[in-house]
Amino acid sequence: METTELIINGRRHHLEADSRVTLLDALRNHLGLTGTKKGCDHGQCGACTVIVEGRRINSCLTLACMHDGDAITTIEGLGEPGNLSDLQAAFVAHDGFQCGYCTPGQICSATAMIEEAKAGWPSFVSDDLEEPDGLSDEEISERMSGNLCRCAAYPNIVNAIRQVAGGRT
Amino acid sequence: MRPFAYARAGDRADATARASDNATYIAGGTNLLDLMKLEVMAPDKLVDISRLDLAELTDTEDGGLRIGALVTNSDCAADGRVRQRYPVLSRAILAGASGQLRNKATTGGNLCQRTRCYYFYDTAMPCNKRAPGSGCQALQGFNRIHAILGASDACIATYPGDMAVAMAALDAEVEIESADGESRLIPVRDFHRLPGDQPERDNILEVGDLITAVILPPPVAGRQIYRKVRDRASYAFALCSIAAVVKMEGGKIASAALAFGGLAHKPWRDDEVEELLTGQKPSAELFGRAADQLLAGARGQGSNDFKIPLTRRVLVSVLGEATSQGAAE
Repeated sequence: METTELIINGRRHHLEADSRVTLLDALRNHLGLTGTKKGCDHGQCGACTVIVEGRRINSCLTLACMHDGDAITTIEGLGEPGNLSDLQAAFVAHDGFQCGYCTPGQICSATAMIEEAKAGWPSFVSDDLEEPDGLSDEEISERMSGNLCRCAAYPNIVNAIRQVAGGRT
Repeated sequence: MRPFAYARAGDRADATARASDNATYIAGGTNLLDLMKLEVMAPDKLVDISRLDLAELTDTEDGGLRIGALVTNSDCAADGRVRQRYPVLSRAILAGASGQLRNKATTGGNLCQRTRCYYFYDTAMPCNKRAPGSGCQALQGFNRIHAILGASDACIATYPGDMAVAMAALDAEVEIESADGESRLIPVRDFHRLPGDQPERDNILEVGDLITAVILPPPVAGRQIYRKVRDRASYAFALCSIAAVVKMEGGKIASAALAFGGLAHKPWRDDEVEELLTGQKPSAELFGRAADQLLAGARGQGSNDFKIPLTRRVLVSVLGEATSQGAAE
């Protein structure tokens, strides 16, 4: 058993768990934070995306015990009913989902992706590596390619992200 | 996943001292944990090196760049020096995986990523890389993504990465610290192996060896291009990729460093192709001869036969762009 302290959405959690427990399973099965979803469990779908120390990652492909002391933001930490984050509200306004299963991962991923673009990170489709343009639809699609939507709500997901990212990059 | 002991290394010496035959270092873990969940890999012990002091990008005295082994793919691709001086490396990294994975994947770990051969992943199938001596199901099976160069009767797997292909073209070196504390430099192009009769060995690392950095030499003037052909526009492995660093002088090719991904068990470089191009005036005829030379020993296995004409077309196109001759078909 490994002892791990996790700071999740600003609150300190104490975890005693087998070394095999992924961050995703720690969140869902040990700590009751079921907003983060398990899709493929192999880093292919992005449903499990959370933000660790400011970076979006696949929580299914990392061990909880490797995150001792880390600050983690999950969908529950971004907003709540009555106090939605800008992206959460935009996903509602633009109908950026159908079944909703990929949505927490989409929103966590997009939240951090917008910060990456603000920091000037280029993407594979950036014409100029040194001075990447803002978040065009092509840029949003490329940067969000690690989040699959089985219902194919992509056009509305892009619309929601574009609304929030507009003028911010 | 099989049970394993977990230990966090305090420093490099602690990490290498904890090494043993069935212990594995873990840093980003994105490839290793995927394989451990499937029990393709089942180490007894994980030595967590993720907090070692190896996450810096620093200028070297000769004008090159030292990329610490724990620099993430995201940080490397976004680094201003890499973008300006080694754009082929930035482009190659950004061509791979997803934003989430690049945030976790490290420079050292990415070098060690394992093949995506379907039969390596399928524990119900024979695979000489996963279970030495069991046979190679890919030879008789579906082998669309498999090697056309440098394969053996024991294994036709490919090295799947993008980053190392660019590093091979840039003549980068891998800095490795062994268990006795000695440090050595191995060219990236010699780091990965051909499968031969030991396909279980992807690279030249020995037990206890710890990758500490990748060193880029000072950049060569000229065009740097990374071209990747894949089944999807994003988030897919290369069927064929080319990293090209080409310098022109007086209308002739002064130097051409070309590394190929998706074709072999390692990033592929062919000195004879580069020599054939050097000193020559670019032309469709020249590019065709370069492709002939590159593919002289190419062998398809059925489902991957298309890679031979595909690679020819991609090479001709990349050389055309690199020498500013346009599409030189």
